[in-house]
Amino acid sequence: MSDAPAPLRDVPGPSALGGGRRRALELLYLIAAIDFKKHYFGTVLGYVWSIARPLLLFGVLLAVFTQVFRLGSEVNHYPVLLLMNIVLFSFFQEATGVAVTSIAGQEGVVRKTQFPRLVIPLAVVLTSLFNLGLNLVVVFVFLLAFGVTPVWTWLLLPVLLLVLILITTAVAMIVSSLYPRFRDLAIIWTVLSTVLFYASPVLYPLEKVPGTLRDVLMLNPLASLLELARKWIIDPEAPGPAALAGGYAALLPALAIMIGACVVAVWVFRREAPRIAEAL
Amino acid sequence: MAAAPAGAERPVVIEARGVDKAFRIPEHRVDSLRERATHPFRRIAYREHRALRGVSFDIRQGEFFGIVGRNGSGKSTLLKILASIYRADAGRVRTAGRVAPFIELGVGFNPELTARENGVLNGVLMGLSLRQARRSLDAVMEFAELDDFFDLELKNYSSGMLVRFAFAVMVQADADIMLIDEVLAVGDAAFASKCMDVFHEKRRAGKTIVLVTHDMTTVQTLCHRAMLLHDGELRYIGEPEDAALRYYRLNFAHVEAQLPPVSAGEKVVDVNARVLRAALGGARGDVVDRGEPIVLDVALEAARDLARPTFNFHVRTEDGRAVFELMRKLEVTVAAGQCVELAGPVDNPLVPGRYTLDLYIREDADTGAMTVQGLRLLHFQVRGAAGSHGVVTVAADVEPVVRERPA
Repeated sequence: MSDAPAPLRDVPGPSALGGGRRRALELLYLIAAIDFKKHYFGTVLGYVWSIARPLLLFGVLLAVFTQVFRLGSEVNHYPVLLLMNIVLFSFFQEATGVAVTSIAGQEGVVRKTQFPRLVIPLAVVLTSLFNLGLNLVVVFVFLLAFGVTPVWTWLLLPVLLLVLILITTAVAMIVSSLYPRFRDLAIIWTVLSTVLFYASPVLYPLEKVPGTLRDVLMLNPLASLLELARKWIIDPEAPGPAALAGGYAALLPALAIMIGACVVAVWVFRREAPRIAEAL
Repeated sequence: MAAAPAGAERPVVIEARGVDKAFRIPEHRVDSLRERATHPFRRIAYREHRALRGVSFDIRQGEFFGIVGRNGSGKSTLLKILASIYRADAGRVRTAGRVAPFIELGVGFNPELTARENGVLNGVLMGLSLRQARRSLDAVMEFAELDDFFDLELKNYSSGMLVRFAFAVMVQADADIMLIDEVLAVGDAAFASKCMDVFHEKRRAGKTIVLVTHDMTTVQTLCHRAMLLHDGELRYIGEPEDAALRYYRLNFAHVEAQLPPVSAGEKVVDVNARVLRAALGGARGDVVDRGEPIVLDVALEAARDLARPTFNFHVRTEDGRAVFELMRKLEVTVAAGQCVELAGPVDNPLVPGRYTLDLYIREDADTGAMTVQGLRLLHFQVRGAAGSHGVVTVAADVEPVVRERPA
């Protein structure tokens, strides 16, 4: 009892990473591991479902676009392209969709302990990432089964994933921190991400889209990402984002939007984090 | 009350300077989509609720510090600011060492997970590192006496086991400063008293404890110092007894305001009596043998005139249940400075165990105004062979007799 206490330090108040980086990392690991476990051990078939879901969607869409609309026959390796696009986009859609209500859903810890706010949406992204990893294994099995030749650009997959994770995290941060104050956001985001699904080249390749509309769609960073994935992983002959946009300079708006989203995400989250506990 | 740990020279571990906090409460909630559609840009009017206004104080190492006040006085808000859950609008708060908030039992528990996993998560939430949390798990389960149910999912725990587990997890978070909300002690009385025992122990171990409560007897028995908040303002800081008195005054003033005025100009004041002496007969003053009478020896000093006061003793078990009360009324007025003695033997039906003796002094003024003061006089022990059920023994004239069954 005689030992002197630590020096006085300012109480920082709640924040994105309040309590130190190490604590945030440990909590991130714990929360993500728990989410993951709940996901996969809570149901009978656990992780079979997480692979079955995109496969099912894939089956339906494949039937529609090869049997009804005949789009499939005009695109190289259409079935695997469709599968890969669905898997990549599902990651974005699932992570951001769950993230919206994630902070509000953790009300207990947010209001009753000192909890680094950023950990919650990050844990959601991390859990979805486990999913993405499993699904990508299936994608590559299909790739080989459908006779796609492995090329060296497959090694660039981590670059694609990194960009995808970055966009997803930025959006997850924005929606999760704004939701406690704007509860309509949950509904709005459901609609918006469906719109985004059709506005991204998931079902169709971008070269099938006529001029002006294509320029608009190319503003979506996910469009460039999916087209790049197509060129690097499935079809080296595919035009790629630069050719589709009409030169590298034409990609700059999409890049600016992406960087802008990241900046906005950090700004919004830092602004909202201290007040989240009060808004819940 | 025990003497505070040698006061002023101990280092300050919590320092608050001019803490302000306001909440914005929407006056008019925009609920319907139609409303929002017709007035899309109308600004929602907010009412500013100032929960804390310029609160400053110091808490020193090893203190057991009480924060008291009525509901909505800002005491829980203050605790949350100290715990870094809310951010103060203005002012500065500094703390030394590791701070752990105890606002609710079992925060973040997940019924789908095992006790082991929940224990680790909760430990980290309470501010331990992952490694510390894992290491302390065995001790937790031992403390909770749940060794055999380590890998059982929490949803399969009985509610009693759950509380035991949650409490054990909480106790493991051995922070330098413990911030405790009284809602923690809500629940069964046995649990509340177990909490208090642990806080006692922590206090002896030199931890700094801040307790938010409106149970004045707790403040008077446990705290070295207390502070009274009212409408977000610091009204008093100092002796727990004084804080409690002022709290009673505020409380009954509030009740008065809601009643129809009885007579004009009558101000409500607290009873304001001071305990001069409180003991039980016997060598130690706090131990009674089973069956032996409890010999009261209580002396009070009136700090102001008391008109026909009522003295109501409550004897409670360790877990807070009242066993019996004893009421005595004085039909005269006690002048300020005079002394009231309450002494004499009381029948002792109590089974061996620990008890507390509280005294409520009530004054019914002719005007109809009523004031009450609660004092925790002492803890005492009834000594004897344990093993009886219940809390009292009674005299009875019943003997078993064997007879033939009537035909």
